[in-house]
Amino acid sequence: MSITAGSRPDGTRSAAVTGKKSVPRQASKRSKAGRASKAGKVPFRVRLRRDRTLILMTLPVILLLLLFNYVPLLGNVVAFQEYDPYVSSNGVTAVFHSPWVGVEQFTRMFDDPLFWSAAKNTLMLFVLQLVLFFPVPIALALVINSVVRPRVRAVAQAVMYLPHFFSWVLVVTVFQQIFGGAGIIAQTLEKHGWSGFDLMTNADLFKYLVTAQAVWKDAGWGIIVFLAALAAVSTDLYEAAAMDGAGRWRRMWHVTLPALRPVIALLLVLRVGDALSVGFEQFLLQRDAVGVGVSEVLDTYVWNMGIQNGDFSYAAAVGLAKGLIGVCLVLGANKFAHLLGEQGVYKK
Amino acid sequence: MSLNTQLVRSLRAPARPVWEEPPNRAGLTAKSVFLVLCCLGVLGPLWIVIVTSLSPKPVIDRTGGLVVIPEGITFVNYTELLGGGQVSRAIMVSVGVTLFGTLFSMTVSVLAAYGLSRPGSLGHRVFLLTMMATMFFGAGLIPTYLLVQSLGLTDSYLSLVLPSAVSVFNILVLRAFFMGISPELTEAARIDGAGDVRILLTIVMPLSRAVLAVISLFYAVGYWSAWFNASIYLSDQDMMPLQNVLIQLVQKNTAAPTGLQQAVRTGQLSSLGLQMAVMVLALIPVAVASPFVQRHFKKGMLTGAIKG
Repeated sequence: MSITAGSRPDGTRSAAVTGKKSVPRQASKRSKAGRASKAGKVPFRVRLRRDRTLILMTLPVILLLLLFNYVPLLGNVVAFQEYDPYVSSNGVTAVFHSPWVGVEQFTRMFDDPLFWSAAKNTLMLFVLQLVLFFPVPIALALVINSVVRPRVRAVAQAVMYLPHFFSWVLVVTVFQQIFGGAGIIAQTLEKHGWSGFDLMTNADLFKYLVTAQAVWKDAGWGIIVFLAALAAVSTDLYEAAAMDGAGRWRRMWHVTLPALRPVIALLLVLRVGDALSVGFEQFLLQRDAVGVGVSEVLDTYVWNMGIQNGDFSYAAAVGLAKGLIGVCLVLGANKFAHLLGEQGVYKK
Repeated sequence: MSLNTQLVRSLRAPARPVWEEPPNRAGLTAKSVFLVLCCLGVLGPLWIVIVTSLSPKPVIDRTGGLVVIPEGITFVNYTELLGGGQVSRAIMVSVGVTLFGTLFSMTVSVLAAYGLSRPGSLGHRVFLLTMMATMFFGAGLIPTYLLVQSLGLTDSYLSLVLPSAVSVFNILVLRAFFMGISPELTEAARIDGAGDVRILLTIVMPLSRAVLAVISLFYAVGYWSAWFNASIYLSDQDMMPLQNVLIQLVQKNTAAPTGLQQAVRTGQLSSLGLQMAVMVLALIPVAVASPFVQRHFKKGMLTGAIKG
């Protein structure tokens, strides 16, 4: 947020010309005292009149968010009920007629081996993706950045961005055509007398398969942020390092990587905050092929218990627990970033 | 003249700073091989899918399935699929939802982004906080499902648009871009008597074409790729969008879309060729659209990253 973008030339001037009643808005980043005194001077009604168009423009989005993000947030109370959608004609009014059961759903969750299995899978896949996925875009960005010819750069980037825009349905299907039982690899092996190759239904290798899918789809797209950060590094730094006798690798270690540090920290914080939401669609699409044992993650478990089995209260309890842990993870990861002297998602 | 030669040289071999060591052959080769492999990894599978969808049935049968090297081209799979029936209807649904959804999302997002682009206006902080807070928590699948159901949106295409119409991230990127537009321009218009609507339409939006294109693409790709909401909110198979039909065809291995099963059974059409053709139909729009807006990506993302 820059200061100049918010401040406007003296509003009285435009009022004089247009004859309209115009009150200058104060840039929010000015000193706090200044803002308070200014805001105190301009009465609420005048501000409402002045800004009503802006407010009207913002309202549709605010209403949509209230309806589809905040109202369902309140709807999480069904996690403390034995919710029955049929006690009332309407799903929402049924909330008022369903019996309260306290934390019973949560105690049930703690005793549920399937929940723990889903939680274990979620965490394992998160760690795996952190180790195998996260460094790939950084490495790719470093390679692309070292390519000097703009043509080559543009083509390589265009190709690498492409899979990001494919749906998970397409990505999973493409992988099926390559690694599946009727895929191109199985087909080639069969011609040479090796039959039975099918990676898509192999439970042991499933976690690597989904990580590979994630890399194929999004690693190329991930480089965009790093390229932007690399473009912002002053060439003076490189030149000075070169003058001091630093070679290619030492320049990368002492100039490039430190420049990427804040971006890496930010993305790590975001990633950790999102730890419990590893690829919902991706797993939902493959659970039939590979089996529930390895492909059940928390999100698919909520879907299965709630929408498939109709056990809404229990599923909402699992979803709520997941959401709360997620918020704690974001805040915790951000705190950790601050401790390391990085900025994280929001400032201190 | 010298400027011209300089320009030509920079086009032919871009400037490498004098202090940088000349590239060594081994490094250059390794880098080229790596980049080529990356591109092949992306384009190779797509090539196989496209070639198989265009191959005549005898060729598919002889290779035992997927075709890598094209031998003869036929468009029969496409003409059959697009000549009416399940897949044509699904394409119409997907195109309709994508067009309407993108238009709706862009309208509300641009309005909100402009409405929030002036710090100090009434309600600015409250509105912004209301929006940003949703980035930190998800409402949860079950309550959202119950809400959509009790609003009576199930079995309606509105259930594919409304619940996912707003992306706060996209609005923040738009807002950052709008805020970067020099205030002198909008102020001059204001002095000439233009209201906020007019300023948005005649000054802010024409100046933001790049970011508008990128954000439209983001929304459009989101709608085009979505399948989960359709799978839980729609029950009528005839209403399903293309992605859901693709799931049915490939995952459940129904072999052929309804209406073409007879032709597959009698051996006129290859079920694999049909499946691959549906895949190509699903990936064509994004594959064609994304390179067009690619040059704007970095600009759009950059403003979002710095000013968001």
